Amino acid sequence: MTFAPTASAGPAPKAHDLVELLKAKTSEGAQEMLARNEESVRELRAQAGGVLRLPEGVALDFSDVDYEAPDDESMILNLGPSHPSTHGVLRVMVEIRGEQVVRTKPVIGYLHTGMEKTGEELMYHQGSTNVTRMDYLSPFFNELAYCLSVEKLLGTEIPERAVWIRMLMCELNRIASHLLWLATNGADLGALNMLVYGWRDRELLLTFFEKVTGLRMNHNYIRPGGVAADLPDGWRDDVTAICDAVLRRMDEYDNLLTGQPVLQNRMDGVGAIDAATAVSLGLTGPVLRSTGVAYDVRRDFPYLAYNQVDFDVMVGTGGDCWDRFAIRVNEIRESVRIVRQVAKAMPKGDYRVQDKKVTPPPRNRIDESMEALIHHFKLFTEGFRVPPGDAYVPVESPRGELGCYIVSDGTSKPYRLHMRTPSFANLQGLAPMARGGFIPDVIACISSIDPVMGDVDR
Amino acid sequence: MSEPVTPKPDLAGSQGGAGEAPPSGTTSAEGSGAGKSLHGCPVTEAFGQRSVHTDARGYLALMEALYRDGFEACMGVTAVDYLLHPGRELPEGIQPERFEVVVELVSFSRHERLRVRCQVPEDDPVLPSLFDLWPGSEAHERETFDMFGIRFTDHPDLTRILMPEDWEGHPLRKDYPVGHVPVQFKEVPQ
Repeated sequence: MTFAPTASAGPAPKAHDLVELLKAKTSEGAQEMLARNEESVRELRAQAGGVLRLPEGVALDFSDVDYEAPDDESMILNLGPSHPSTHGVLRVMVEIRGEQVVRTKPVIGYLHTGMEKTGEELMYHQGSTNVTRMDYLSPFFNELAYCLSVEKLLGTEIPERAVWIRMLMCELNRIASHLLWLATNGADLGALNMLVYGWRDRELLLTFFEKVTGLRMNHNYIRPGGVAADLPDGWRDDVTAICDAVLRRMDEYDNLLTGQPVLQNRMDGVGAIDAATAVSLGLTGPVLRSTGVAYDVRRDFPYLAYNQVDFDVMVGTGGDCWDRFAIRVNEIRESVRIVRQVAKAMPKGDYRVQDKKVTPPPRNRIDESMEALIHHFKLFTEGFRVPPGDAYVPVESPRGELGCYIVSDGTSKPYRLHMRTPSFANLQGLAPMARGGFIPDVIACISSIDPVMGDVDR
Repeated sequence: MSEPVTPKPDLAGSQGGAGEAPPSGTTSAEGSGAGKSLHGCPVTEAFGQRSVHTDARGYLALMEALYRDGFEACMGVTAVDYLLHPGRELPEGIQPERFEVVVELVSFSRHERLRVRCQVPEDDPVLPSLFDLWPGSEAHERETFDMFGIRFTDHPDLTRILMPEDWEGHPLRKDYPVGHVPVQFKEVPQ
């Protein structure tokens, strides 16, 4: 790194100046964690993980968060934004006293690309290309939330087969996402061999996604009005093979990970969070379920055809990293169970609505039918208009509640597109989880939240 | 800020404290259609989703009442800039303003969702923070501030969250252009 010269003919900059220069170049100002005397008491409480407005006496014990303690007894440690254990460009500032974590503050925004603004500039049929890039480990869920919102505004009922194809792809995606989480969680905690195995197994699913959608990631497969293409020939054999392989491998991982006392000790009792805190912080997904709150959008606010399949909602009791690990491991098995039911019950029929105002006509019709050509042309130049109104549709992504809020003004572009992303909200749980632990526990906590920075920053 | 309330994940039986609003819980539990009101605020229903409308003055009182009703979790706070779409449908008694803050609430115990839409004027875009009711609204409010410039009083840390600290303007406002924006880099201070 080279610094621009401060003065053309002056003396070389002193070390102190260089530090100031470096600070000025990298500082995020007030977004950072500040010294204790510069933060407000409420912000201090939030950073120390005490966020609940509890009655006097029930309040959390803050004896280890001594606001008056001199700053030279503790130090603020900067983790990230470029660090393999932070799963992307997450920056966490941690105040430690000795080795104990006193305060935690995630600093985000390094991957912010203004996708909500972009979404306002894209027509509805282009929007799924945009949102699929948000949570890049579970792209189908982004597309699903977006498309369900658009369809709600349109009042379109999509064909049965499209519903079940969507369910199939989403559950397979959940498996892929959780497998990758197993891999990175293993790597974060020192079980480096798991990193290789997790990626290897995810490959099974990505290969299938490629076969179905043409792309391994960012599929743009689920589109308003249905899905982009029907399932390819032989999909059922592929799905069966994947289910068998995943279940077989999960048994191996039980040996490799679940039964390992070394790994268990890294997670058991680490990063515990209670149900009241989790609920009040708006945490969802495995993080919330680990505390014992059985909230799963698939079951509580069913969408697609989740009320027609049989599955269990995994809940934990302790709310620690170990519970979150167990929940994800078991959710993989539950997803396999759902996938098998979906494969069995997959109805015949259309894979998208035959409303030519919403979905394009088949390619070969364009050569024969003038009308098809016009529909095709109109759809891809003007898009389709959506009646005015607003809708919010949540889905259960592997990370929690992923909701899409769309405001339509009656034109062919969303007036406002907002994604309520689970990683963004779940990161708020980091401070209460990390409090009182050690730095390696912070890594375990970040990992157990499973944030995807594309999902956080959008 | 009345009495401190401990949020519980399972509020099946316990409703509020001093019996302030016993009937409100039942009225809201039933799928009330358009024309109904909740805590004195008009309720609309569209696509099977209920929204309750309010303005900046009645915002906090409504939110406190909803909190006591058993909406344990705040799923998100965001805003919409209606600068270019002023003619939207609003129930009677609600004056349309440029900004609308949208809060998504959920009650786990009652399997119920509710959207709160609050009109915020352009010349004074200030709302009270929900941090004391739902601490989880903190990041969402910061994002709303960052993207729309709506300030939340009593927010513990109202700084930009996604954009750099020295960014000018609020990107999701409708008068903030797309493209042709000079990229702002951190320069070496002179």
